Amino acid sequence: MPFSIENLQQKIIRHAESHTPLRIRGSGSKDFYGGESRGDVIDMTAHHGIIEYEPKELVVTVRAGTYLADLEKILADSGQMLPFEPPHFDGKGTIGGAVASGLSGPRRAYAGSVRDFVLGTRIINGKGEDLHFGGKVIKNVAGYDVSRLMCGAMGTLGVLLDMSFKILPLPAAEMTLRFQMNEATAIEQVNRWSGQPLPLSASCMCEGALWVRLSGAATAVAAAKQKMGGDEVADANNFWLSLRDQTQAYFQTDKPLWRISLPATTPPLELAQPQLIEWGGAQRWVAGDIDARKLQQQITAIDGHVTLFRGGDKAAGVFQPLPAALAKIHRNLKNAFDPAGILNSGRMDNI
Amino acid sequence: MNQVVEPAQVKNFNLINKLQSILPVGSLLTETEDKAPYECDGLSAYRKTPMLVALPTTEEQVVKVLRVCHEMKVPVVARGSGTGLSGGALPHEQGVLLSLARFNKILNIDPLSRTAIVQPGVRNLAISEAVANLGLYYAPDPSSQIACSIGGNVAENSGGVHCLKYGLTVHNVLRIRVVTIEGDVMEIGSGALDSAGYDILALMTGSEGMLGVVTEVTVKLIPKPQRAQCVLAAFDDVVKAGDAVGNIIAAGIIPAGLEMLDKLATGAVEPFVKAGYPLDAEAILLCESDGTNEEVADEIVRMQQIMRDSGATEVRVSQNETERIKFWAGRKAAFPAAGRISPDYYCMDGSIPRKALSQVLLAISEMTKKYGLRCMNVFHAGDGNLHPLILYDANIPGELEKTEAFGAEILELSIKVGGTITGEHGVGIEKINQMCVQFAPRELEMFHAVKHAFDEHALLNPGKAVPTLHRCAEMGAMHIHKGKVSHPDLPRF
Repeated sequence: MPFSIENLQQKIIRHAESHTPLRIRGSGSKDFYGGESRGDVIDMTAHHGIIEYEPKELVVTVRAGTYLADLEKILADSGQMLPFEPPHFDGKGTIGGAVASGLSGPRRAYAGSVRDFVLGTRIINGKGEDLHFGGKVIKNVAGYDVSRLMCGAMGTLGVLLDMSFKILPLPAAEMTLRFQMNEATAIEQVNRWSGQPLPLSASCMCEGALWVRLSGAATAVAAAKQKMGGDEVADANNFWLSLRDQTQAYFQTDKPLWRISLPATTPPLELAQPQLIEWGGAQRWVAGDIDARKLQQQITAIDGHVTLFRGGDKAAGVFQPLPAALAKIHRNLKNAFDPAGILNSGRMDNI
Repeated sequence: MNQVVEPAQVKNFNLINKLQSILPVGSLLTETEDKAPYECDGLSAYRKTPMLVALPTTEEQVVKVLRVCHEMKVPVVARGSGTGLSGGALPHEQGVLLSLARFNKILNIDPLSRTAIVQPGVRNLAISEAVANLGLYYAPDPSSQIACSIGGNVAENSGGVHCLKYGLTVHNVLRIRVVTIEGDVMEIGSGALDSAGYDILALMTGSEGMLGVVTEVTVKLIPKPQRAQCVLAAFDDVVKAGDAVGNIIAAGIIPAGLEMLDKLATGAVEPFVKAGYPLDAEAILLCESDGTNEEVADEIVRMQQIMRDSGATEVRVSQNETERIKFWAGRKAAFPAAGRISPDYYCMDGSIPRKALSQVLLAISEMTKKYGLRCMNVFHAGDGNLHPLILYDANIPGELEKTEAFGAEILELSIKVGGTITGEHGVGIEKINQMCVQFAPRELEMFHAVKHAFDEHALLNPGKAVPTLHRCAEMGAMHIHKGKVSHPDLPRF
């Protein structure tokens, strides 16, 4: 059956009636991420293309199945970008997948995440209803912000059809600086810089060095280099891309990969395995056979949370369990959007 | 004391007794004169006296008050400073008005992580003042920032003049503590950049007190820019001014602020602010650049050039901080100025795609003729948020009704050009009918389902933000566009 919104609605209604699960899928670039999902596949790649784009409005409206690479190319042709630098992973990531997974790239700590730039969505909920939330304007407080709620919900609340984003101009100039520095010093240093008017746009600590990207007016970038020191890294773009898409050497491992999200200023974690630190310290990666429960306890105590990002034993849980009161609200919301519980069941295993 | 006691009164007595046992002495207001200050928020045309006003001082008390209200099925309306402009904190006559005004402490400031933990009754500006010595500030700056509370900002997702570059409340809050109507305490968000589960923090922000009561807020602080400078450009035509806004953005500039005032607005503010606005201009733009010295120096030159290329008749640049503040003083005084030139005014809050700006301003100008009322326009031009101020006199019979019809027409035009009925003031009670125009019944039902997920018995701020389908059906009968009702699939009663 060819893709049409009407066919999709009918399919969802039929599956809701029979309580048969549906699995929403774009290109599959993030099949590794989240709990095991099952059910008949809804292939969103057929629903692609840009619906509306006017650079002067700083807004783009796009269909879920559009490849990130295609979208970013079109934006770049007008000197603009998706500010949250979403991972493409195998190169085929779609915009719908970026929103559903809620994953953002190196610029996240400085520009904001995918949810910060979503202005509106059109979704089909678990009852097959075609719904529009938010819009194409930058400020909008009419109705609950259901569009941002979709970010990171892993498709469990509805099938994302179309989305509008606030976009930003590409920076006029970029420069990457490298500092030989241990982790403790690097975490503190990068947070001190973040409290000053400097044009930081990415940071990474790995292999005994701190990498910082500066983005902005050429004069501002040059002035920041003067102030901060460090060694300028030539052709650093590939380095940041390798972090965004996890092709960097650190990620080439057969061990389970854990993502730790915690307050940026947390000192280096006492773990047996080496870590890769991003987002000024707020996102830390660790690869290894680690006891999930113990790691969760350790990180929860310091105001963070853990995700089993890639590989490992998913049966032990991918996402961190929620406190009781919050878990109840999650169940109620899931039930409100998808009463039959058919959309991406199991993909978000903590609700 | 032989009078017959109605069951409702027994319930009231029970409620008062229970709440008195929870709250400190003097923290439960029952007398009409004591309750009077809580009759309305910033939208003073709508007033109601709450049954009771509760002024808790601790989260524990909030929990207990909400548990009692939940158990007895009593409506609760939370209130911060009461500066809201959409009647979001309008009391419920059979309910408890829960004031968070006594939650007024800044609990923690962490310079290294650039965060502050504050109670919801803390004023927006007080946060920036408390961290100024660290070279930091809290970015969202609604015009009422001297008085409005951070809890209210979370409820309304408040913006301000700098939000194109620095975002709204939703972009600047990391964590909230919330008490549900059932009395459960939830931490939503964290000190990290994301949290496990759904993005409930985004859902709660701007939810107008419908989903929970905020008892603590962790905000993000950002470094104060090294330098800020403002360009003032005058235009002999609003269309040219509108085009200049688009040209600035198209040049890859994100101004720190980009505001428009029309001739009526500059004329109203100038006599008492003396900002030096050119009074013969049909519209002026205020365009601010901030950042490092180098960035600002570059950007200011480009901004001036674009203004001239867009047909500005005069372009000035603030030469020092005093002058920059003077440029802005006029903009910030627009609302009080409206009060000086008219007995009453009604502020609208439609948000539109920037490209529709000229079209909408021209249409508003036609409406002033149609309704016989003046309208001054101040406008967050950078992010498309209009604030037409309709000037009227409530003492003239029929004028308020005409004003409301004028306002409704502006909002419906905002929707028609692809915008929204409210950019930053919220729906509250004021724009509830226009929600029926902006959303289809199934979308409104989805909103009610979200509400139900948090508040099964609809006790928190009932009747606000999302209209019932019944209300829309009644309202739809009055709103027929070109022979078609707005949502023909709506069930009729």
